[in-house]
Amino acid sequence: MAKLRKFKEAIIEKLIFLSGIASIVFVALIFIFLLREGISVLRSTSLGAFLGGKFWYPISDPPKLGILPLILGSLLVTLGAIAMAVPLGIAAAFYIAEVAPSRLRNILKSFVEILSAIPSVVLGFLGITILVPFLKRFLDLPTGLTAFAGSIMLAFMAMPTIISISEDAINAVPREYKEGAIALGATHWQTLHRVIIHGALPGIIAAAMLGIGRVFGETMAVMMVTGNAAVIPNSLFEPVRTLTATIAAEMGEAAKGSPHYNALFAIGIVLFVISFLINLTADLFLNRSRRR
Amino acid sequence: MGHAEKKRCDMTDRREANNSSAGQVDHPDPKIKVRELTIHYGKVRVLNNLSLDIQKNEILSVIGPANSGKTSFLRSLNRLNDFEPNIRMSGSILLDGRNIYKDLDAEGLRKRVGMIFALPIPLPRSIHDNITYGPRLAGDHDKSALDQLVEDSLKAAYLWDEVKDRLRSSALKLSGGQQQRLCIARTLALKPEVILFDEPCSGLDPISTAKVEESMMELKKNHTIVLVTNNTKQAARVGTRTAFFLMGDLVEIDSTEKIFTAPADSRTNDYIIGRFG
Repeated sequence: MAKLRKFKEAIIEKLIFLSGIASIVFVALIFIFLLREGISVLRSTSLGAFLGGKFWYPISDPPKLGILPLILGSLLVTLGAIAMAVPLGIAAAFYIAEVAPSRLRNILKSFVEILSAIPSVVLGFLGITILVPFLKRFLDLPTGLTAFAGSIMLAFMAMPTIISISEDAINAVPREYKEGAIALGATHWQTLHRVIIHGALPGIIAAAMLGIGRVFGETMAVMMVTGNAAVIPNSLFEPVRTLTATIAAEMGEAAKGSPHYNALFAIGIVLFVISFLINLTADLFLNRSRRR
Repeated sequence: MGHAEKKRCDMTDRREANNSSAGQVDHPDPKIKVRELTIHYGKVRVLNNLSLDIQKNEILSVIGPANSGKTSFLRSLNRLNDFEPNIRMSGSILLDGRNIYKDLDAEGLRKRVGMIFALPIPLPRSIHDNITYGPRLAGDHDKSALDQLVEDSLKAAYLWDEVKDRLRSSALKLSGGQQQRLCIARTLALKPEVILFDEPCSGLDPISTAKVEESMMELKKNHTIVLVTNNTKQAARVGTRTAFFLMGDLVEIDSTEKIFTAPADSRTNDYIIGRFG
């Protein structure tokens, strides 16, 4: 009897162990697979020509596989989104955490959650039917399908992440700090910007980084509203194509084993590395804010 | 209502009857005058129809078990309760005859009514900067005046001799007892008239506690002090008068000597000798 129990426990222990390391295994397997399929792109082009090439004509003969326009497209859309979402998100977090009366706070928090639950394709749908025609008319552009439209859509998607993580960071600032400053005669605003921002800063930076990561990897909504022209953009108000949209749009038609196919996997590697770096930075800041 | 009226009358009678024996002069104009103060947090009543006076240059010790309302009372005196959600208050608190919730602005009030917390939280800056923080918030930047203020405040908090050679080093390097005296000095730099102590020695060793108590006795000469403490012996050592709170009610307030030797209410006696709480 005792032996059976011991055997059962050993099985359960092993199962838990397997679940625990599954994420590591999956990440490793995905990376190996990406690498195996993507590295062959170097047979048809050099690393410099791949990352720095200005032309993406994957089905011409010979194919031109330069992803610089795609990298710049992704960066431009991301920067635009962050420039909108970070200040708004942090301000909203401060309002929710410090200023709003408690009933309004609860309502706002649930709406932020609802915002994060909207599928990106639905946002893209709203973007294409409402935002894009509006931009075209309002800014008098040849087309409303621009990087700017993508940035606005992505800002909506990054806001819930930025708001909820910043709010946690603000709430984690010890109450004693705040009361200490108030008891010394500081006004609410002086307390906010001298004490609370100081204490919550690492968490707020982490929130911004995670928001950036969310934006950078987003595909669907961006593909629907940015126009998907694989050319180097000169401004926010031109069509662009992002790394993610390229993979999503072209994977179906690339012949397996062709240079085009390999190049799409190589784009996957680039995305993987950049997202990894963004998340790593966010983690460093989150850890720092927890340790305090 | 009738019950509360009666209690308040009792209280006044008792104090008057007791004045001669405690050798106290009955001040016609108390520093702080609390009348019919009731505080609710949500549906919970934490303070019930409290009326009492706090005289100039006395240390009023407030004792009582957990949930007696003593900390809520203390935090209402400098309006630190303003930031509590769901709080409801009624009654009035007068400082020098002016209603602190109607006639005074909160920031100005908190400079006149300073507060020392249970946990000393120095800012992660130098000793010097910790003390000048409050005055600089208020817009005071005169360097030589600030230097003098640092010295005066540290002397009054009995910390000057220990730190005068390292004013520019981090406040976080001080010991717990020194940090608490630094927080006292930081409050004194605002030149308050009233100082509220919220269990200031709960995290300190006996020697540090003795030093904090020593500075309290010294501060009494020029300040009005309210001390909330869980340590009844501390109340007995430093209190001019002592108030005993229980479940949001003021059970009795009297000279410390009277409270600790011949309390009028048996519940006070039970608490002091440690039968509950």
